Amino acid sequence: MSEKEKNTYEVKVGLAEMLKGGVIMDVTTSEQAKIAEDAGAAAVMALERIPADIREHGGIARMSSPKMIKSIQEAVDIPVMAKCRIGHFAEAQILEALEVDFIDESEVLTPADEENHVWKYDFKIPFVCGCRNLGEALRRIGEGAAMIRTKGEAGTGNIVEAVRHMRKVQRQMRALTQLDKHELMAEAKKMGAPFELVKKVAESGKLPVPNFAAGGIATPADASLMMQLGAESVFVGSGIFASEDPEPRAKAIVNAVTYYDNPEKLAEVSETLAEAMQGQEISEIPEEERMANRGW
Amino acid sequence: MSKTVGVLGLQGAYAKHSKMLDQLGIKNLIVRYPDEIEKCDGLVIPGGESSTMSILIDQMDLRKPLQRFKKPILATCAGVILLSENKSSAKVKPLHKLPLLCERNAYGRQIESFMTTIEIQNEHQNFPAIFIRGPKISQIKSNKVEVLAQLDNSPVLVKYKNIMAATFHPELSNNTRIHEIFINLI
Repeated sequence: MSEKEKNTYEVKVGLAEMLKGGVIMDVTTSEQAKIAEDAGAAAVMALERIPADIREHGGIARMSSPKMIKSIQEAVDIPVMAKCRIGHFAEAQILEALEVDFIDESEVLTPADEENHVWKYDFKIPFVCGCRNLGEALRRIGEGAAMIRTKGEAGTGNIVEAVRHMRKVQRQMRALTQLDKHELMAEAKKMGAPFELVKKVAESGKLPVPNFAAGGIATPADASLMMQLGAESVFVGSGIFASEDPEPRAKAIVNAVTYYDNPEKLAEVSETLAEAMQGQEISEIPEEERMANRGW
Repeated sequence: MSKTVGVLGLQGAYAKHSKMLDQLGIKNLIVRYPDEIEKCDGLVIPGGESSTMSILIDQMDLRKPLQRFKKPILATCAGVILLSENKSSAKVKPLHKLPLLCERNAYGRQIESFMTTIEIQNEHQNFPAIFIRGPKISQIKSNKVEVLAQLDNSPVLVKYKNIMAATFHPELSNNTRIHEIFINLI
């Protein structure tokens, strides 16, 4: 009988592959986790406060309490993710000890290190990281991330930043495929990205790991927009449980991700929804308070 | 001969299956509507989350077309749960096309996911098998179910009539052999 190899990079990316075409929902209680699972979520993100409340609450946002994470793990059969602060590998070690299925090294929490991210190869479980552009995405993959997502601007219910980040990544990937091989090293230098990964993207035109959307998704139409822009799945943070109708909205967004290219279906699933979360104009958020600017 | 294989595209690793069929030169399409399923000569039910897929199957009226589908099927991971005779729960309502029971996430959480190689009956080369939060087949309820591969004395690849079911992910490896065996059933 041959050996079992656990925790290889293929096994980590494998779980990201299984989440494609699905919705990953932020939940703060086991009741919300059950609502998310019953609505068809492909995974839940366990966190103490949804990003919209983190914004309002202020102070330092840290990893969720182990007790809260465990209660969510007990409540559902789908994968459970949790967030650690950027660069806070001790929080990540605790999340690994809790056996969460995926760690999000997230700008939504207050960064613990203003230069370095976690060396993700040290961990047995996969990581997802946010990005605003291709260079940032490839730096995170270089550190071992098994999934990339846009940062967007979490907790705003405003899709504009996620669109900006997804378009930027897609545009930069298209541009790379047009370059002559002599130009690749200079481009890698310019982007601040590992050369081998730049070369890989230039050949394939896509990221070597699944590419999801996050940050500001509040409606089925937002989810469809991100899928049409090239996202392979969506994270919905505040959009569901900060709305007036979490349950039907969660279901509608699950439908919208699978049937993203069918406007009649999107109209049908959107028809009975109450008002989405109020949302926030990005220019009203001072530069230093924007979460997307965190991460290096 | 123009066979079209449908890949059920509700959620999960459907694009990887489609890519593998492309590699084999097999015409395939991602299917998400009742009439699309009926037109296919074979169907792949991919891995992903069985609860998500089960909910969408009922919301989109796919249960009947899937139950009526009598042509060859390849089911992987969550797809096996969906075809099983497991008792319906609030989360997952299986289609009862495979006379077996299985246990969801039987190996544990992601930290227990693994890759290994397995021996497939009548095949000369070992096959790389990737298990991602995989299910285990806990009971086989008909002697017409052939066990083609086992791991630790538990069946991981079975065939029943024209249905093949793998609790692992052949689409995540570079080996197309299981897809080839499936295509030969069509």
